[in-house]
Order: sequence, then C-alpha cells, then structure tokens
Amino acid sequence: MAFGSVSALVAAAEKEGALWRAVQVDDCRDRGAPERDSWDRMEALWRAMVRSAESYDPQRRSASGLSGGQAAMVAALKAPLCGEHMRTVMAAALAVAEQNACMGRIVAAPTAGASGVLPAVLLPLRQREGLTDEDMVRCLYTAAGFGQVIAARASISGAEGGCQAEIGSASAMAAAALVQARGGTPEQMAAACAMALQNVMGLACDPVAGLVEEPCVKRNVMGAVNAMACADMALAGVRSAIPCDEVIDAMGAVGRTMPTDLRETGQGGLAAAPTARRIAEGGLANGPEPGASR
Amino acid sequence: MTIFDIMGPVMVGPSSSHTAGAVRIGRTVRRLLGSQPIRADILLHGSFAATGSGHGTDRAIVAGLLDMAPDDERIPSSLWLAEKNGMAVTIRTGEIPGAHPNTTQLTVTNADGRTLTVSASSLGGGRIRVNAIDGMAAAFSGELPTLIIRNEDRPGILSEVTRALSENGANIATVQLYRDRRGGLAVMVIECDGPLETSLRAALAAQDGVVRCTYLDMEEA
Repeated sequence: MAFGSVSALVAAAEKEGALWRAVQVDDCRDRGAPERDSWDRMEALWRAMVRSAESYDPQRRSASGLSGGQAAMVAALKAPLCGEHMRTVMAAALAVAEQNACMGRIVAAPTAGASGVLPAVLLPLRQREGLTDEDMVRCLYTAAGFGQVIAARASISGAEGGCQAEIGSASAMAAAALVQARGGTPEQMAAACAMALQNVMGLACDPVAGLVEEPCVKRNVMGAVNAMACADMALAGVRSAIPCDEVIDAMGAVGRTMPTDLRETGQGGLAAAPTARRIAEGGLANGPEPGASR
Repeated sequence: MTIFDIMGPVMVGPSSSHTAGAVRIGRTVRRLLGSQPIRADILLHGSFAATGSGHGTDRAIVAGLLDMAPDDERIPSSLWLAEKNGMAVTIRTGEIPGAHPNTTQLTVTNADGRTLTVSASSLGGGRIRVNAIDGMAAAFSGELPTLIIRNEDRPGILSEVTRALSENGANIATVQLYRDRRGGLAVMVIECDGPLETSLRAALAAQDGVVRCTYLDMEEA
C-alpha cells in the first residue's frame, strides 16, 4: 500500500494524469495484478452496489424489528425540503443501509455499517446526469484511494475510532468520489474529503442494543448528504484551512482518546438511553436464552 | 491491506465481524471436518452471545457449515436449509474463559461418525482465527492453504514433513508447534503459499508417527 498521505496521492495523480488512475496503477503494482483484473474487480463491486439498492424490498424487516420500510417512506414524501435529487439520495442511503440491517447483500464501503453512503450519492447522480458505469468505477477508485489513506493514518473501524471513522470515512470517500464524477481537480477532492471529515469529527459509535441499525441506518443518510454538500463546496473553490492529512490525523487522535463506551460496545451515547436499554432487553428476550438449547 | 480491503467485500449484512466472519468460521469448520455435518452444537460467547441473534450470527455460522460463502443470499434462511439437508443444529450461549469477545465453539459430527470440536474467533472486517481443534491450541486464519498434522511427539517428524513439502516445491509461510505433554500428542500447523497436491497430502498422512493429517484450502471449490 503505497499511499500513506493524501499529499502523496495528489502528487501521484499529477504524474498519472488522474487520481483514480494513480490508485489503479498502485493496486496493480501492490497485488502484482494486470490492469484488466483490477478494473474488473472494481466494476464487479460497482454492479453489486447497484444491486444492493435495486433489490430493496420495502416489506422486509430486521430481526429486531428496528429497521425496514424507511427508504420507501422517504421516497414517497411529497415536496421534500431537501429537493427532489436529495430525496433520492436519502432514500438510496436508507435502502442500502436497511438491506444491510435485514441481512441483504451489500458492499462494505468501507464497512457494512456504512455501506449506504457511496451508492446513495453515486446512483442518483448517474441516473440524473447520464453517466456511464466506467465513470462510476473511476469514482470508486477515487473513493478507495482516499479510504486507503484514512485507514493507514487513522481508522475505518467504529470499534477503533467511533462513527467518525465509519460513516465519517465513507462520507469523506464519497465526497472525493463526487468531485471525480464532476471532473474536479485532485486538490478539490482532497478539500472535499477534509471538509466531510471535519464535519463529523468526534462522532461516537453508539449502536442501540449493539445492533447495526439505530442510529447507523440514519447516519448513512447524514454521511451521504454531508458528502454532497462538501463536494459542492470544494467544486465551488471552498478550501479546507487544515490540510486533508492533518484532518485525518486529528480524526485518528480523537478516536484513540474516545472512551470504549463510545466505540461500538453498545454501552454509551444513544445506547445508554433508558429506551435503548429497554430495546436491548427486549432484543435478548427474542434471542437464545443463556444456556438454553433450541 | 489493498484497496479491496477498503472497497468490499460483497457480503450479506449486517456486520463484517458478526455475520461475514461467522460465515467464514462455519465454512472453515465444515472443511476441517471434510464433509457436511449431520449434527452441529454451536456455543456462542461474549458479544456473539449478547448481540448474535440480532446480527444473525447463529444463521451465519450454520450457513458456513452448509458451505456457503459470506455473500450467499441464502444465509438468512440457513436454519431452515440445515433442517432440510439433514443437519441437526443446537445453539447455546455461554462463557468460554479468556476468549476473544467474538468467539464460538463448534462441535460437529459427519455421516462417517467423525467428530470435531473447534474454537474460533471473528477478529473484525470478516477476518477469523481458529484458536483450538479438539482442545489442542492452534492459531490460523484459513487465508492460506493450511496443513494441520496431529502426530506423536518424538524427534524427526517435523523435519520429515518439511522435507516432503520442500521436495514438492511447496513454500512454507508459517509453522506452529503445540503438544499436550512431552512424548504425548503434538499438533503442527503449517501455512503454505500455494495449494498442495493430493498425492503429497496422502503421503504425509501415511507417514510414520502421523496420527491425522487435515488439509484446509478455502479457495478449493
């Protein structure tokens, strides 16, 4: 894994002519794989992402009963405050995140809990602007390049770095991917990534009853909307006062000092609310009793 | 770590550790057993016990025992499929002292009457580790072709095994040695960089002092 910093990634983008291309070249070198193999693998992930949204079944519910049907509710909303396009983005984020909660097939990007963010921003854009699958694969390479640096310098795991490392990383990767989709510069991608991470700095991972459902499903929506806003800011020329690498390092440092209660243990934050505790007890009653056979 | 550790895998949700990793554990155990179990006793420990039901950990392990991969859309209905395929499943929760939070202990029996007890943990991101087989320590992931050789604890057996591997051009990635007591029963776990020929595996199994030779290759169809 060659890219230890966003600045190295941006420099490689200049050498290779495009940032997505620099990520692909590095992947081929890293795995000793031909370019075709790398591309086909990424394209297969894109197709799986499309399927994860398209196979959404609004009738399906999760084992706990906490998730399911919400994407259809948002899709049916008349006169959404956020506008038509953003409604589609929000519904897609919910659809994939609910698929995940209901044991449907998704693409971990970078994790299963954050699997709704990238498809949510890319699918409606492809639809609206008539982009090709090739464009989308280039977006995924871009997202993977930034994700790689975040994983190397900080973390993409909620258990290690809280939700800022999961939904936050997905949102930052998606923001960079959107800049790629619009033909922005590598510097704008870095700015979009930095701003998206800044906006969720310190976000706790506090799943109710320890399940990847509440608030995780809705945080996929926040991650997608944040990515859209940060990509637009970057494309408008707004820059992050703190360089992207320093923002990533700050996120990593916040994650390391975060108490374990706020890192996927289902103990702190929302999970500690009285209602969350009751849900946790109810969830266990539906599952196997300690020591009992079934 | 490659970009495909960041983007991907394609998996059935909701959790890479509690679902995808659990499928891998079940599948590894089935392959260690050599065929589909007719009986499986599943003990869930720690976080697997506390949130396993909501994460589908139970169904994921059973899906793996049915040889499904982590992206198989039949995973949610695996308990029903197990029943249909003649696999009797018992799921319990309990404490395994000192174990990793996401740990399960499986006792499986196949139609030939072979019984195997395996303890394994899900480490995050879908990666797993086998901790023990039939009560004897072992530590391997199943990501590489792996030989698990149970042998008498006496001089020379390790060198005979490694010589046979080198004569067949196999490169060893890691070697681990365990034993219950001096002169008793020992286990060697050898991870290799590439798949091993059936003839080599048969020769190792027939070697003097070798009690049992199990081969695990998760890439094998």
